[in-house]
Amino acid sequence: MTEITSNLERKLARGEFVLTAEVCPPKGTDCSDFLKWSRTLAGVIDAINVTDNQGANMRISPLAASLILHREGVEPLFQITCRDRNRLALQSDLLGAAALGIRNVLALTGDHISFGDHREGKAVFDLDSVQLLESMKVLESGFDLSGKKLAGTPSFFVGAAAAPEAEPFELTLFKLRKKAAAGAKFFQTQAVFRPEKMARFADAVAPSGVKIIAGVLLLKSAGMARYINKNIPGLTVPDEIVAELEQAANPAETGVEIACRLANALKPYSDGIHIMAMGREEVIPEIAQALK
Amino acid sequence: MIISQQKPFEEILSALGDSRSVFIVGCAKCATVCKSGGEEEVWQMQEALTSSGREVTGSIIIDEACHMLRVGRDLRSKQQMVDDADALLVMACGAGIQSVSAAIPKKTVAALDSMFLGNIKRFGHFEQKCSLCGDCILNESAGICPVTACSKGLLNGPCGGMDEGRCETDPDAECAWALIFARMKESGDTLNLVKSSPPKNYTKIPKPGKLKLSK
Ligand code: SF4
Ligand code: SF4
Repeated sequence: MTEITSNLERKLARGEFVLTAEVCPPKGTDCSDFLKWSRTLAGVIDAINVTDNQGANMRISPLAASLILHREGVEPLFQITCRDRNRLALQSDLLGAAALGIRNVLALTGDHISFGDHREGKAVFDLDSVQLLESMKVLESGFDLSGKKLAGTPSFFVGAAAAPEAEPFELTLFKLRKKAAAGAKFFQTQAVFRPEKMARFADAVAPSGVKIIAGVLLLKSAGMARYINKNIPGLTVPDEIVAELEQAANPAETGVEIACRLANALKPYSDGIHIMAMGREEVIPEIAQALK
Repeated sequence: MIISQQKPFEEILSALGDSRSVFIVGCAKCATVCKSGGEEEVWQMQEALTSSGREVTGSIIIDEACHMLRVGRDLRSKQQMVDDADALLVMACGAGIQSVSAAIPKKTVAALDSMFLGNIKRFGHFEQKCSLCGDCILNESAGICPVTACSKGLLNGPCGGMDEGRCETDPDAECAWALIFARMKESGDTLNLVKSSPPKNYTKIPKPGKLKLSK
């Protein structure tokens, strides 16, 4: 049997620089905007990250949204978190993804439920991200976590998250190593604002051979940057960038400039860039262009 | 010990509903230390109920409200007052409340919310260190429990929300993994930083939990 591969996987394997972007699936059943942006971006982006109840805000299932893209010929990167599923649900969604032809999977722990719009719910966290990665390896060996044989074996192109700017770095490093050992083929990082921290991260990851897709977040105002600093786990916009936005005549434009500048600064330390446009998908092609 | 807190008085009144006369049960152990169901709180509850027009037929502080035999015996010693009441209001943890409901076929009202198994840090200051998971991994986690101390119960290191060693859910709290990591480095027992911990085994705590010691 020939191995099915994804475009993202093939390009990374060939050493080509990749671009991914996040498009948030809708809260509701109307996927027209989601599809419109995904189609528009398909020309410049190698895979679209389909977020999983991002920030613990309830939205359409990322598996369903990934399938919608896949059917359109747009390559999805299916994000799956441990927050809302126990080990049965994780495995069954992964088998579902594989059966539907969705190969790229980003295995995540998930933001805490207290950040989102269903704070009163029960968070699951039956597995953590390392255990989820290991479970995917088990599934790929033709068995489930209970040791039962699968009828049909899935195969994934598996990525994991990383937070290159988080301190102390040493404390994050041992978990990254566990993720690499558990089969992560690429790290898609949290937004990075300080290229020197990316350099440190790339050095540390290099021996594992895991590819790095560096996160770039599009800011549109100083207010948004402050909001992020206050409310988004693991993200800190440095003061000088907040100041730059504050003093800008047209902060939205300056935000794009900053994103382009960061993307270029991160390029030497990475195998690709991941753009988080936060609802401003229309400028993604501009950032992609700046990277050429 | 079991940490508990009194429910808002309005909620207690509404749970009492039509019951005009009430017998109050407190607990001399955990609920006393938590100041949620000791002698003083039972007395205050009696005052509050009386001034809101309910009759209190009597009260008792049981030595350990979770001890079912003792609860049955102690309540029998106050038989008349219990019989005179429309309802029993129990100021003990959920286990204590159910010792009472099991002993007396009468309306039993919970006055407390039971919160966690807590350590006493100092007087009136409690912290959860163990979630009674039934499958203790303290031997592999440098003696600090990630199941409990980490908001997500992660067993293999910090999540992406950790920064400056703080937890994503509470910037005033240290990330459990920052504590574990520091202690592992100190002791040199760093195996768990390399070897990943497998998923937990939940069959070790059947729900509801049961244990019978063999003689
Ligand atoms: S691992 Fe943690 S929650 Fe489980 S028994 Fe040990 S201390 Fe308690
Ligand atoms: S920051 Fe640390 S303690 Fe808080 S949820 Fe993440 S891993 Fe757990």
